[in-house]
Amino acid sequence: MMANGEDKRAGMDILREAAELTLVLCGDWLLRNDRPEFQQLEAALIAEPGVAVIAFDVSNLGEWDTALLIFVRRCRDLAQAHGVPCVLDGLPEGVRNMMRLSLAVPRQEPVADAAAPDVFTQVGDQVLRTYRGLDNYCIFLGQLLLALRALLTGRAQLRMKDFLFLLQSTGARAVPIVCLLSFLTGLIIAFIGVIQLQKFGADIYVADLVGVAMTRELGAVMAGVIMAGRTGAAFAAQIGSMQVNEEVDALSCFGISPMQFLVLPRVVALVLMMPLLCVCADLVSILGGMVVAVSISDVSVVQYFNQVENAVGLNDFFGGIFKSAVFGVIIALAGCYRGLNCGKDATAVGLAATSAVVTAITWMVVADAVFAVSFHILGI
Amino acid sequence: MRVNPNKITVKGLTMAYGDYTVMNALDFTVKRGEIKVLMGGSGCGKSTLLKHLIGLEQARRGQIFYDDALFDPTAETMERVRRRFGILFQSGALWSSMSVEENIALPLEEYTDLGAKEIREIVDFKLSLVGLSGFGHRYPSELSGGMRKRAGLARAIALDPEVLFFDEPSAGLDPLSSLRLDELILQLRDALGATVVVVTHELASIFAIADSALFLDAETKTALCDGNPRQLVDDPAVDPKVRHFLNRGAEPGMDVNG
Repeated sequence: MMANGEDKRAGMDILREAAELTLVLCGDWLLRNDRPEFQQLEAALIAEPGVAVIAFDVSNLGEWDTALLIFVRRCRDLAQAHGVPCVLDGLPEGVRNMMRLSLAVPRQEPVADAAAPDVFTQVGDQVLRTYRGLDNYCIFLGQLLLALRALLTGRAQLRMKDFLFLLQSTGARAVPIVCLLSFLTGLIIAFIGVIQLQKFGADIYVADLVGVAMTRELGAVMAGVIMAGRTGAAFAAQIGSMQVNEEVDALSCFGISPMQFLVLPRVVALVLMMPLLCVCADLVSILGGMVVAVSISDVSVVQYFNQVENAVGLNDFFGGIFKSAVFGVIIALAGCYRGLNCGKDATAVGLAATSAVVTAITWMVVADAVFAVSFHILGI
Repeated sequence: MRVNPNKITVKGLTMAYGDYTVMNALDFTVKRGEIKVLMGGSGCGKSTLLKHLIGLEQARRGQIFYDDALFDPTAETMERVRRRFGILFQSGALWSSMSVEENIALPLEEYTDLGAKEIREIVDFKLSLVGLSGFGHRYPSELSGGMRKRAGLARAIALDPEVLFFDEPSAGLDPLSSLRLDELILQLRDALGATVVVVTHELASIFAIADSALFLDAETKTALCDGNPRQLVDDPAVDPKVRHFLNRGAEPGMDVNG
C-alpha cells in the first residue's frame, strides 16, 4: 500500500483480443491526480472496428474515487452510443455498487421547451402581465382606502404600540442622517453658487439660491431619497420576511387584515413624518449654505438670513412640505406593496427591498416633474 | 333540527396554480370531533389542500362546507367562520415583532371585550397548557423550534377554536418533542371537543392520532383512500400505493409482523 501523498500515476492500456476491448487500468484514479485522456478510448473504438464488448481489468488499480466512476460512466455512455455492451464485472465491487446506484433511477429527460413564442405572443404576454400588475396595484390601493376608512371610523385593527414604534423609527431615528446629508447638500449648492456669483460680485444671492432650491425642491427630494433607501426598503423587507415566514397568512387566518395591521400604520407614520423631516432638511441645508457663504465670501450671517427671508416665500416652503407628504405616500406604498407581493424565499425578500427603492425613487421623480409643471401653471 | 355529523364537507374540489392542476375533484368529509390526517408523499398537495380549507387559496372548482354553510374565502361574512379556526403553521408563524404573550393576546384583543387583566390570565393559562409557562415575555427569535411550535399552538387555541388545523406539526422536531405534540393534539381535541385536521407524513404520528386519514396521490391527482390508517394498512382492498406508504416502503400486502 502506498502512503498518502505518493500517489501512483493513473494509467490506462487498451488491449484488443479478438472482439473484446479490455481497458487495463492502473495506478491511483483520484480526482487530485492527472488521469489518462478519455479521447484515447474514443480514438481506439473508431480505429478498431468490430469491437463486440468492452471490459475492464483492474488488477493493478490502486486507490480510486469519483474520478474512476466518472470515467466508467463515460465509457458506458460511449459504448452505448456505439452499440457495444460494456461489461462492468471486472470493476471493484464498490465501483459496481455505485454504478448500479446511479443507474437505479432513469434520467428524467427535461421537458423540451416549447419553441420560443413569436414576437406577437411575447408582446401580448407582456401586455397581459402589465395589465395584471396594474389590476393588482389598483386592488391594493382600493384595499388601502377601505383600511383608511376603517381607521377614520375607529374600527381599524392596528396596535398603538406598533404605530408609535413606527413613528419613532421613521421619524426621530431618521433625523441624524437627514440632517447630515441636507447640510452637505446645502454646502455643495452654496459652494457652486458662490464661485459663479463671485464673478459678478453678487455673492449675496447665494442665499436666494440655497434657500429657494432647498425649500422648493431639494429638501423634499433629499428627504424622499433618504427615506426611500432607509425606510421604503425596510418596509419591503419587514413585510416580505413576514410573508416568507407565513406570518401574513397567520394574520389573515385570524381575520386580521394585513392591510390594516401592517400597511396602514406604515403609510400613516411615513406621511406624518416626511413633512417634519422635510422641514428639518430645509433648515439644516440653509445652515450649510450659510457656512459656505460666511467663510468664503464676505457675506455676514445677518445679511445671509435677511436675504433668505426675502427670497423664500411661504409658497415655496409649503409647496416643498406638501410634496414631501406625497413622497411619503409613494415610498410607503412602494415598500408595502413590494413586501406583500414578495415571493416565498430569501432571495425574494432582497428583490422586494430593491424594487421598493427603485419604484419609490422613480415615482418620486415623476411626481416631482408633475408638481413642477402644475405649480408653474398655478403660479405657486 | 337534524345536526349534520360532518363538520367539513368537501365536494368536487379541484385545486390548481395557474395551468398546473394539483388535485382533481376531491370529495371527502371530516366528522365532528374527529382527527383527520391528510397524508401523502412530499409535493402531493397536502399543504395546498390545507390552504384551501382555511381559505388562503381559492378553489378552482368545487365547494367546501363548514357545517352546512358554504365556505367562500372572499365573502366578508366568512371572517366569522374563520375566527373559529385555530391554525398551527409549519414554522409556527409567530409574529416576530411581538413577544409570545402579545402573539397570543392579539386575537383575544381583536375579538373579545375582555379586560387586560383577564386577557393576561388567559394567555398565561394557554401557555401553561403547552408547557411554556414563564416564556411569555420572550420573543419568537429567542425560542427553539419546538417551543415556537408550541407557542404557535397556544396562539391557535387562544379563541377556543372549533376546528384546529396543523401543517406538518412534527416537521423539524425531535422524536420526543413530536410525541409530546401528538399527545397534546389528542388531549386538546378531547378537552375542546374540536375537530382536527392534520397534514403530515410522519407514520408514527399518523398511527398515533388519526381517526381517519385521506391519502393524496400526486400521480393520479386524486385521493386514493379515506379511512382509519390502522385498518388501511392491512386491508388488501386498499390501493397498494397506500399500503406501501403506510408500511414505509415494505412490499405491499406483506405482513408487517411476520
